[in-house]
Amino acid sequence: MSTTVQAPSRPPAPAPAGGRERAARLPVLAAAGALLVAAYLSLGIGVADVGIGDLLRPTPEQWQVLTVSRIPRTAAVLLAGAALSVAGLIMQRITQNRFVSPSTSGTVEAAVLGILVATLLFGGSSLVVKMVVAIATSIAGTLVFLQMLERIRHQDPIVVALVGLMYGGVIGAVTTFIAYQRDLVQYLDVWTTGSFSGILQGRYEPIYVVLAVGVLGYLWADRFTVVGMGRSMATNLGVHYRRTMYVGLVVVSVMAAVVVVVVGAIPFLGLIVPNVVTLMLGDNLRRVLPATALAGAGFVLLCDVVARTVRYPYELPVATIAGAIGAFVFVALILRAGRTARS
Amino acid sequence: MITIDRVTHRYGSTTVLDDVSLELPAGRVTSVIGPNGAGKSTLFSVVSRLLRPSAGRVTVDGLDVTSARDTEVARRLAVLRQDNQVAARLTVLDLVRFGRFPHSGGRLTPECHAKVEEALAWLKLDPLRDRYLDQLSGGQRQRAFIAMVLAQDTDYLLLDEPLNNLDMKHSAAMMSLVRRAVDELGKTAVVVMHDINFASAYSDHIVAMRDGAVVAAGTPAQIMRREVLQDVFDMDIHVQDLNGMRLGIFWTPGAPVPPPSAVDLRDLLAGAAEDLPQRPAQEGEPHTPTQTQTPSPDTVTVGDAR
Ligand SMILES: Nc1ncnc2c1ncn2[C@@H]1O[C@H](COP(=O)(O)OP(=O)(O)OP(=O)(O)O)[C@@H](O)[C@H]1O
Ligand SMILES: [Mg+2]
Repeated sequence: MSTTVQAPSRPPAPAPAGGRERAARLPVLAAAGALLVAAYLSLGIGVADVGIGDLLRPTPEQWQVLTVSRIPRTAAVLLAGAALSVAGLIMQRITQNRFVSPSTSGTVEAAVLGILVATLLFGGSSLVVKMVVAIATSIAGTLVFLQMLERIRHQDPIVVALVGLMYGGVIGAVTTFIAYQRDLVQYLDVWTTGSFSGILQGRYEPIYVVLAVGVLGYLWADRFTVVGMGRSMATNLGVHYRRTMYVGLVVVSVMAAVVVVVVGAIPFLGLIVPNVVTLMLGDNLRRVLPATALAGAGFVLLCDVVARTVRYPYELPVATIAGAIGAFVFVALILRAGRTARS
Repeated sequence: MITIDRVTHRYGSTTVLDDVSLELPAGRVTSVIGPNGAGKSTLFSVVSRLLRPSAGRVTVDGLDVTSARDTEVARRLAVLRQDNQVAARLTVLDLVRFGRFPHSGGRLTPECHAKVEEALAWLKLDPLRDRYLDQLSGGQRQRAFIAMVLAQDTDYLLLDEPLNNLDMKHSAAMMSLVRRAVDELGKTAVVVMHDINFASAYSDHIVAMRDGAVVAAGTPAQIMRREVLQDVFDMDIHVQDLNGMRLGIFWTPGAPVPPPSAVDLRDLLAGAAEDLPQRPAQEGEPHTPTQTQTPSPDTVTVGDAR
C-alpha cells in the first residue's frame, strides 16, 4: 500500500509562519549585537590602565593586558554564562521539570567532587586532567539523579527540586569531608564559588569545549523537545527515548563540569535563565536555545561587571552577585509555580 | 496489514491481553470497542511498540515493530494515545510540525510544510495555530494532537479514543475525516471508541474486546446484534435498523423498554430525550422509576450516515 494518492487539499499554502519566524529571529540578532557591544565595552574595565578609549589603539603593554587577561576573561564570562544556562535548559526539557538544573541535581557538586579526587590522585594536576575526571563524575552524579527522578512517585516539580538540592548537599558534604581530611578545604571555595579573577591566557582554554558540546546540543534540540513530550510521544515520532536522554545527560554534564573546572560554580544560573526565557518564548528547544545562551551570557557579563565595580579596585566573586540575584528570582519562580499549581 | 500474532501481556500476575491474534486489514476503518479495562489501549501500546508484550509479535506490512528501526516504524504507523499530557509549552503549530519529525528529522521540507498546513486545515486549527497548548480547551487540544498524527502522514493511523472531549459536531467531522483518509488517501485506520453507533456508522470492521481477549470481530452488521453486544458489554442493547445502518439503543436496566418489534424508532429517540421517570408508563410495561436514571447524552446517539 502506498501513499502516492495526493491529498484532496488546497494548493499547499506557502507557510505563512515563515515570515513570522524570520521576524522572531530579529530580537535574537539584536540581543546578540547588544551583547557583543557590552562585551567589548567590558574589556575596558579593570585595574590595569586600559580604558574603553584605549581599546581601538592599545599600546603594546595595553595589548598585553588585553590578550593575557581581559579578552580571556570576557570570553570565559560569555561561554560560562551561555553554557550553564543552556545546560539548565536542556535538563529542564528532557526531565520535563522546570526546577531541575545543574545546580539543583548534583551535577555541579559531583563535578567539584571530581576535581577534588583528581587533585588527590594526580596532585596539582593540569586543567585537562581535572576536567576529564570532573566530566566523568558529573555524568555519574547526574545519572544517579535521573534514576532517582524516575523512581520518585511524587512528580511535584518543587519536591523534585528539593530532592535534587538535598542530593547535591549530600555529595557536597562528602566532598567537604574528604577535603577536610586531606586539608584541602581552602581549595573547595575556589571550585564552589565561581569567579573570573583567575582567568588568564593559558589557564582557561578548556572552556572552549562547551562550544563544541553546545553545537551538539543544538543539533539534538528537536529530539530533546520530543523527549520532553514524554516517552510515548517520542516513540511515536521515532525518537529513541533512552538514547536521547543519555545524549542530553552527557551534553549537560560536560558543560557544567567544564565551567566548574575553569570558573567554579555559579549558583542558580542554569535554573533562572532558562525559566525566564522559556516563560517568554515557549519550550521549543531549537527556537529558545540561542536566546537562552545569549541571555545567560549577558546575565553573567552583567554580574561580572557588577562584581568588578561595586568595590573597585577589589572584586567580589561573580558567584556572590549571581547568587544574590538568582536567589531572588528563584523564590519568585517558586511562588509563581505554587500559584499556578493551586489555581 | 497489521498482524497481531498471539500477543499476551501481563502486569505481574494479571493478564490484560490474553493470546490475542488479529488481522487488521489495510485500507479499512476498523473500530475497536469494549468496556473499560478490556485491554484496548494496552493492545495499542503493543502495536505502537510502547510496550513489549510478554509474548507474541506484531508486524506492520511484514515489518516486526519491536525489531525495526524507530524512524522506519514511525513513518508507517502513527498513534494517538488516549491521554496526551505534554508538559512543554508548545504552540499548536510547533506540535503539528513535530509530526513531521520521522520524515525530516527537524528540517522541514516544502512537502512537510504542505502536510502541516493540510493537517491544520483539516482540523480547523488555523485560527489557533499560534496558541500554546495550555491555552486551549480540552477538545481543541485533542484536535491539535490529531493534527500532529495526521501530519505524520503514515499509512497506518492508530487512534485511541480520538473522540474524547470532542463535541458531537467535531466527533462527526473527525470520523468523516478518518473515512476520507481511508477512502481517498488509501490509509488504514484503527480507532478505539466507546460510542457503538459511531463505530457502526463509520467503520468497515469492528473488533470487540473484553477481559483482554477479542470476543467478536466482523462487519458492523455482524457485530451490531443484541446477543453479541450483550456478550461484550454485559448489557441489553436493542439494535435497530435505520435504512441499513444498525444503531444500538440502550439505557439503564429497569427502564421501560417495549419489545423491539413494537417500537417505533422515533418514539424511542424522543422518549430517551425526556426525563424517563416522568414518562407515563404504558399499559403492561414494567415501570420502576426508582431504578431509572436519566440516560447520559451519549446513550442514544445516531451517527451521521456516511
Ligand atoms: N501499568 C499497569 N499496571 C497494571 N495494570 C495495568 C497497567 N496499565 C493498565 N493496566 C490494567 O490493564 C487492563 C487493561 O487496560 P487498558 O488501558 O488496556 O484498557 P482499555 O480497554 O483501554 O480501557 P478504557 O476503555 O478504560 O480506556 C486494565 O484492567 C488496567 O487496570
Ligand atoms: Mg483505553
